[in-house]
Amino acid sequence: MAVSKQSYDAIVIGVSAGGLVALTEILPKFDKDMTLPVMIVQHQHHDSDDFLVRYFDHLCRHSVREVEDKMPVESGTIYFAPANYHLLVEPDKTLSLSTEARVNYSRPSIDVLFESAADAYTDRLVGIILTGANSDGTHGAARIKKLGGLIIVQDPETAEAQAMPMSVIKHVQVDHILPLNTIGDFINRLNQEGYSF
Amino acid sequence: MNRAGENIKNERIEIRLLLEAVNLKYGYDFRNYSFAHVKRRLEKRLNLSGMDNFSQMQHRLIYDASFFNLILFDLSINVTEMFRDPWVYKKIRGTVIPVLKTYPYIKVWHAGCSTGQEVYSMAILLEEEGMKKRAQLYATDFNELILSRAKDGIYPMDVMRKYINNYQKSGGKKDFSDYYAADYSHAIIKRGLRDKILFSSHNLVTDGVFGEMNLILCRNVLIYFDKALQNRVLKLFHDSLCPGGFLCLGTKESIKFSELSDAFELVCDQEKIYRKRR
Ligand SMILES: C[S@@+](CC[C@H](N)C(=O)[O-])C[C@H]1O[C@@H](n2cnc3c(N)ncnc32)[C@H](O)[C@@H]1O
Repeated sequence: MAVSKQSYDAIVIGVSAGGLVALTEILPKFDKDMTLPVMIVQHQHHDSDDFLVRYFDHLCRHSVREVEDKMPVESGTIYFAPANYHLLVEPDKTLSLSTEARVNYSRPSIDVLFESAADAYTDRLVGIILTGANSDGTHGAARIKKLGGLIIVQDPETAEAQAMPMSVIKHVQVDHILPLNTIGDFINRLNQEGYSF
Repeated sequence: MNRAGENIKNERIEIRLLLEAVNLKYGYDFRNYSFAHVKRRLEKRLNLSGMDNFSQMQHRLIYDASFFNLILFDLSINVTEMFRDPWVYKKIRGTVIPVLKTYPYIKVWHAGCSTGQEVYSMAILLEEEGMKKRAQLYATDFNELILSRAKDGIYPMDVMRKYINNYQKSGGKKDFSDYYAADYSHAIIKRGLRDKILFSSHNLVTDGVFGEMNLILCRNVLIYFDKALQNRVLKLFHDSLCPGGFLCLGTKESIKFSELSDAFELVCDQEKIYRKRR
């Protein structure tokens, strides 16, 4: 029996090796009522151009953008961290970039996005960890959980690289472990109905 | 709001007070830096220091100047390269330089020059375009220690290899090794490139206008400022430029979200080159 119901204001996604396939399975499935803003860190080579953004903008119903510093977070929009910059969410829900040192050998780092987003949205945030061959995102997921947000992890069985989802499952009390092909619909439902505890 | 959410709010108060203390005691004003960035950096220092909370840190830094020096470095990110984002320099060569060539004398300001790589890159570019003789370059930063490293112009050889690559991609016309002298581990920028550069301390938050510039480069500095401070600094740049002067920001920075968006015209979107409206 549900004792309380929670709704959400934003989604953050962290993904590394195998990300193109995984995100292609999720983002285009968002229906047009799925208005929660989505911020994504996809690890990529430091010289990468905005290929990912153009690719998904073409593929998705929602508008997909590469973040520029101090962009306001708008509903129904999907944001990618640019290559070689960390992405942070400010308390006033604008987006900041930083070139501070790599975190977990990564810039952008998933932990940097998740920790700052957790502070900004507290219990109204959903964090999703997908395929990847490292453990970036584990600290960030822990902070989201600590502040009352929801954590979803891609079932490692369905992940091209298992280390990243495995690490979160090992260290964080995750809410859901979902096969890749169900995550898009799960988010659509979450957006419509909220989450019942 | 849950307990954890309440704690986040309390922490924000502690951080605000700490920044207030830094300003009162040391005269460095970080109150309008991007909050999420400041919090990350202070959190890192907190974990290293073994203290329990930001209020303890505040106490310590008031009484211990050496501790404050650590925090000063925590809060300023100095990452830089020669010919960083080479395509930007290529665009400057192709688009900005032809206009600057119409002036008898030009002034260029690098605001937030860090350890100097950017201004030396510009000196090379101006030399190759035959403009160095009639140019004055100003390179400023608010961190004196960083500024003295900029003046030294000594860089490890292994990073120089990356710089060579950047230089070539930027449309460099010569042999890059002509611009420095090297031993097995370090390269030192040649004297000829330095004589037109004036290094000085300048804090973008508290210091004033630099007169009649033809080109201002301020790259990857504004990302650390909140919107209010960005507005202030963009105004400062506007006041420091001659009519038709150019402003070049970092490639992921934009004046779009600022109050000054109408005061400049966009010259190149990707490269973030703007021009002060006449
Ligand atoms: C990331 S570096 C950018 C270096 C170079 N412009 C580039 O893009 O490669 C940022 C620099 O801004 C300086 N800075 C930060 N706040 C400043 C302020 N209030 N006034 C002047 N310089 C500042 C820092 O000390 C640091 O050297």
